[in-house]
Amino acid sequence: MTTQSSVEIGTEWGIVSARQAGRELSKGLGFSSVDQARITTAISELARNIYLYTKNGVIGLEVVNDGHRQGIIITARDQGPGIENLRDVMVDGYSTSGGLGAGLPGVKRLMDEFDIQSNPGEGTLITTTKWLR
Amino acid sequence: MHSSVVDFIYQNKDIYIKKWRSTLDELDLNIYHSSISNEIIEETKAEFIDLVFGTLYTGEGEVAARFRRFADRLIYYHIPLSEFIRSLQLLRRVIMHDLEEQSTKEQYDRYNVDLEDWLDENINKLVDEFSNARENTVNLQNTALKELSAPLIPVFDKICVMPLVGTVDTERAKQIMESLLDGIIQHRAQVVLIDITGVPVVDTMVAHHIIKASQAVQLVGAECILVGIRPEIAQTIVNLGIDLSKIITKSTLQKGVYTALQMTRREIITLDEQRSTEV
Ligand SMILES: Nc1ncnc2c1ncn2[C@@H]1O[C@H](COP(=O)(O)OP(=O)(O)O)[C@@H](O)[C@H]1O
Ligand SMILES: [Mg+2]
Repeated sequence: MTTQSSVEIGTEWGIVSARQAGRELSKGLGFSSVDQARITTAISELARNIYLYTKNGVIGLEVVNDGHRQGIIITARDQGPGIENLRDVMVDGYSTSGGLGAGLPGVKRLMDEFDIQSNPGEGTLITTTKWLR
Repeated sequence: MHSSVVDFIYQNKDIYIKKWRSTLDELDLNIYHSSISNEIIEETKAEFIDLVFGTLYTGEGEVAARFRRFADRLIYYHIPLSEFIRSLQLLRRVIMHDLEEQSTKEQYDRYNVDLEDWLDENINKLVDEFSNARENTVNLQNTALKELSAPLIPVFDKICVMPLVGTVDTERAKQIMESLLDGIIQHRAQVVLIDITGVPVVDTMVAHHIIKASQAVQLVGAECILVGIRPEIAQTIVNLGIDLSKIITKSTLQKGVYTALQMTRREIITLDEQRSTEV
């Protein structure tokens, strides 16, 4: 597994460059235009959450190969406030910022695999994968 | 101020210009943009030499203006500043070497300090003017972008179109809302079409802004039609679970315009040949 790129999310510009990196990587791997849009949108959601709810964090992009197929792994890592109740935030419509609250559950549906780890006071790590079909 | 070393450099000006010229020629000013012509590079080098040696005998005001012009030139042609600063450091080495040979230890120490002052002043002016010019450029571009960011265009009586091209961030979302509400009043619009064909990513924030904008439009007594949802964007919106059922959506701007005409009780008809030839 090799890290292809990582983008710091400190301002809204970081969101745009993370998306750009995801778009290029997924296009290069041969993802369909619908899957490219899904991957880019997932990155946008995760990066925006870092921008909104933490001081800063990093979006990482990796190419994986499980022996049968290739895929792309997105990681969103921050040392922000963390999330108290992981079950709450995965419910559609749950938002502490007056948003649509569809970001995290949406990312889970856009991607194939989704994992979230968070410790209040320490930060959050989200890992999500899309496989090339 | 640092007249002693200034005199020394001034007296040997021709030698240093020649020596420095050859170090400048080794600098690679084409590293970022191979598109700059040699002529421009040569001109820039000559201007730089003039500029730096000019500080030895030109008045403050004129010097400042020259630095400004030079910085503008670098930015205009995308020429990197760092190479010029490096060249000043090379110049320092050349002069120091001669000073060491031609002066007593005492003189040398004093010259050394003066030389540092002179060069540092040049570097500071260069960096200051360069960043000022850069900032000006960014401000100009920001203004230009803002003017382009959320245009509302009247296409028929009571019907306006807002074509959105590019990323929608928080600032732009604000402008979309303002431009919509101001424009509806100004043009007495009853229907506005928001075209998102050119928006690369529609995530939950963008969707949320569109929903809020359409609600605001309804509050001022008009209707909003969302057009230009590309197929892949339609899929991601469904995956995200965003409910756009309260907004009228049409696949293309053309279909949207027909709907808008219907909503304002009008239609487009084709004149038959007989009548059109009469006209
Ligand atoms: N990286 C994070 N750090 C801390 N809290 C987060 C983070 N990401 C999401 N959250 C919390 O989860 C909630 C739901 O997030 P999301 O599903 O993206 O919806 P929204 O961003 O619209 O509120 C947010 O309102 C926020 O309270
Ligand atoms: Mg969110």
